[in-house]
Amino acid sequence: MKALMFGWEFPPHILGGLGTASYGLTRGMAKQEDLETIFVIPKPWGDEDQSFMKIIGANNTPIVWRDAPWETVKPRLEKFMNPQEYYRLRDNIYADFNYMHTNDLGCVEFSGRYPNNILEETNNYSIVAGVIARTYDFDVIHSHDWLTYPAGLHAKSVTGKPLVIHVHATEFDRSRGKPNPMVYGIEKDGMDNCDHIICVSDLTRRTVIENYHQPHWKVTTVHNAVEPLSPEIEAIERISGVPEKVVTFLGRITMQKGPEFFVDAATQVIKKTDHIRFVMAGSGDMMDQMIRLVADRSIAHKFHFTGFLRGKQVYEMLKSSDVYVMPSVSEPFGISPLEAMQCGVPSIISYQSGCSEILNNVIKTDYWDVDAMADAIYSICTYPAMAEHLKVEGKIEVDNIKWEDAGLKVRRIYDSLM
Amino acid sequence: MKTICIYFQLHQPFRLKRYRFFNIGRDHYYFDDYANEDILQQIATRSYVPANRMLLDLVNQYKGKFKVAFSISGVALEQLEIYAPEVIDGFRELAKTGSVEFLTETYAHSLASLYDPEEFRNQVRHHSDRIELLFEQKPTVLRNTELIYSDEIAEMVYDMGYSKMITEGAKHILGWKSPNYVYQAATQQKLKLLLKNSRFSDDITYRFSNYSWNEYPLTAEKFISWIAGTPPEEEVVNLFMNYETLGNLQPSYTGIFEFFKAMPRFAFENGIGFSTPGEVLDSHEPIGIMNVPNPISWTDEERDLSAWVGNKLQKSALQSLYEAGERVRLCTDRRLKQDWLYLQTSDHFHYMSTKHFGSGQSQFSPYMSPYDAFNNYMNVLSDFIGRVKAQYPDTVDNEELNALLTTIHNQEMEIKRLQAELKKVIGRNEEMLVEKSPKTQKSEK
Repeated sequence: MKALMFGWEFPPHILGGLGTASYGLTRGMAKQEDLETIFVIPKPWGDEDQSFMKIIGANNTPIVWRDAPWETVKPRLEKFMNPQEYYRLRDNIYADFNYMHTNDLGCVEFSGRYPNNILEETNNYSIVAGVIARTYDFDVIHSHDWLTYPAGLHAKSVTGKPLVIHVHATEFDRSRGKPNPMVYGIEKDGMDNCDHIICVSDLTRRTVIENYHQPHWKVTTVHNAVEPLSPEIEAIERISGVPEKVVTFLGRITMQKGPEFFVDAATQVIKKTDHIRFVMAGSGDMMDQMIRLVADRSIAHKFHFTGFLRGKQVYEMLKSSDVYVMPSVSEPFGISPLEAMQCGVPSIISYQSGCSEILNNVIKTDYWDVDAMADAIYSICTYPAMAEHLKVEGKIEVDNIKWEDAGLKVRRIYDSLM
Repeated sequence: MKTICIYFQLHQPFRLKRYRFFNIGRDHYYFDDYANEDILQQIATRSYVPANRMLLDLVNQYKGKFKVAFSISGVALEQLEIYAPEVIDGFRELAKTGSVEFLTETYAHSLASLYDPEEFRNQVRHHSDRIELLFEQKPTVLRNTELIYSDEIAEMVYDMGYSKMITEGAKHILGWKSPNYVYQAATQQKLKLLLKNSRFSDDITYRFSNYSWNEYPLTAEKFISWIAGTPPEEEVVNLFMNYETLGNLQPSYTGIFEFFKAMPRFAFENGIGFSTPGEVLDSHEPIGIMNVPNPISWTDEERDLSAWVGNKLQKSALQSLYEAGERVRLCTDRRLKQDWLYLQTSDHFHYMSTKHFGSGQSQFSPYMSPYDAFNNYMNVLSDFIGRVKAQYPDTVDNEELNALLTTIHNQEMEIKRLQAELKKVIGRNEEMLVEKSPKTQKSEK
């Protein structure tokens, strides 16, 4: 079986959890020997892991016919794909897109990020998808998140193959219940016209059913998993110059992640104890507000901001922490507590996170229950048995959550659509 | 002649209220009165009260030939006294019939037998006194919390003056042997043991209303025929159950009360009688030795201690608790001593069990998760330990403190003795004065 996947991010160049999840899932599915995957992303960087599938860059796919000689194409594209593919794709241009801004190879530029003109980018992406869908042979189309739904729908309408959409987050999660109508429209259109919807948690499934009015039978939950840590990351040692216990918030500092609840809990704990410090790692639109809040509460002497962390720094931060807290207000899944558990860090998560559906060896509180959160932080930092138990049992638990199993569930859905 | 020995356990813990770490050092009341009252009254209405009435009727109907035994933990007795005194009255009435035996156990339904032998002895004594006061009979049979038993505990129990005990007929201990006999302890052969017949007991407790059980529905006739069908040389069948089985674990609509009402009739028709544990242990000689190097209990498939001391959380909580034991015993503060008992109740540790993740948590736990249970308990315990430490300076170790307290205590006695002596001397002097004065009067004449 062959699957055509549309994604937006792919490691190592990722901005959020979407890239990690798409990568993990594809990799887990690659364990199935009779399954081939073509993965389309807006802008490959050339250092993606292509060992288990083929990556097609939307920005390397021509939509306007240009007479580009092999000598020009080869050095430009060989980093990303077999340059021969360019000509195959060029043969399938299906309409006149000369009015659009394209480069000398007839390709559209993509940022591959989340720019302000994101709606335009998603539209261009779906134009490109038309070329790709006509070029390759596949049995099923799989779209990751709303940015790629139009592309998936386009591919479906061209080929008539079944479309599976994968909901990693909904606009309701991102906006705390005040969705942008444009985005909602795209999401709803994708869900209405696809053949099956995969959600990363029951929480998301409920949102999809209730807020997007989808029938129950069309929506299935496939929980995310986590990639095993590489030996290089395993080897990172704890770096901490302070004698106190370190409690960490790690993620985008945005409304969805509930950073203010973390600050509130920290305030309670710092007032009462002197053996605990707090770190808020990451950046986001609420960062300045949080800095002001910390100053207002007069806890800045024990509350630190690190700014945005990338790559290895994330793991250095995790390994140097004693507690990881994710007070998300609405988290479709939330892969980061699983990563913290892999590093042996006891985690506190909100019930409003999808991952709380599958994790046992973590402490769960409601995101607004600041007292409970503070109490849990105190408990892990004060009672060694608690920290030790969560550390050991949590690691065992998370090591058994594998992408292969998620991959099998997705495969079952594919099979049911054939 | 075969005999059925029915024994019911009745226990309710003092559940803790939500106790955050900021309460530590500020709030010294730990218990969730509302929940405790609510739960106890519900169970009393559904189970204890109707069950007491039914058993009393049966005892009267069969003119004393129907017998049962109870073990009611001290903490349960206290809650019953406060929230449902009518249940205590019911038990007193049962006690008066002479067909009901009360067993003794640890007052707090605690795990002291595993951690603190002195505490174990104290609690059993405390409980036995309480039973005697309430029901006017001195217990002779001991039942440890959740039927926990080991060779080591057997020795302690015998040293405390008990020669009769009941425990679980765990399969991994008995092997091919049958629980339907009296056994003796390996380490102390004068200690006689009565073992729970797990199959028959669990048929009632767990399977009675289970539709998917191939023996459903279980009628008294069928049940007695199974007992009658055991080999004739096996004379005792021990049905040890939670009292809540009647009406709560098996709600009354399952017909559990009717089942019990019918049971004696079929038993007597088959020539099977009823006895209390004390009678059985007096009238039967042990037929073999029970070797139990590792403690057993009546809980879960494993019949071991893993429900209370199965993980690090539980072990650490128990250790912190019993580390304070010696110091608490030196204290005289009555509220402190009461809290000490309530905090030892084994339920608190059961709530911390991580054994049942996935398969649904302990149905009795008031907490969302074992971690929540641990967290709350440890906060309470931290406050409690703080109070214990505040009683006497921390710098003095227990031995020294004990010596000092003895001196202080003795000083008081010494002062009392001297005062008494002084009084005597003064009295004698006065007498002498009184005796003298008439003489002087005479001489004046």
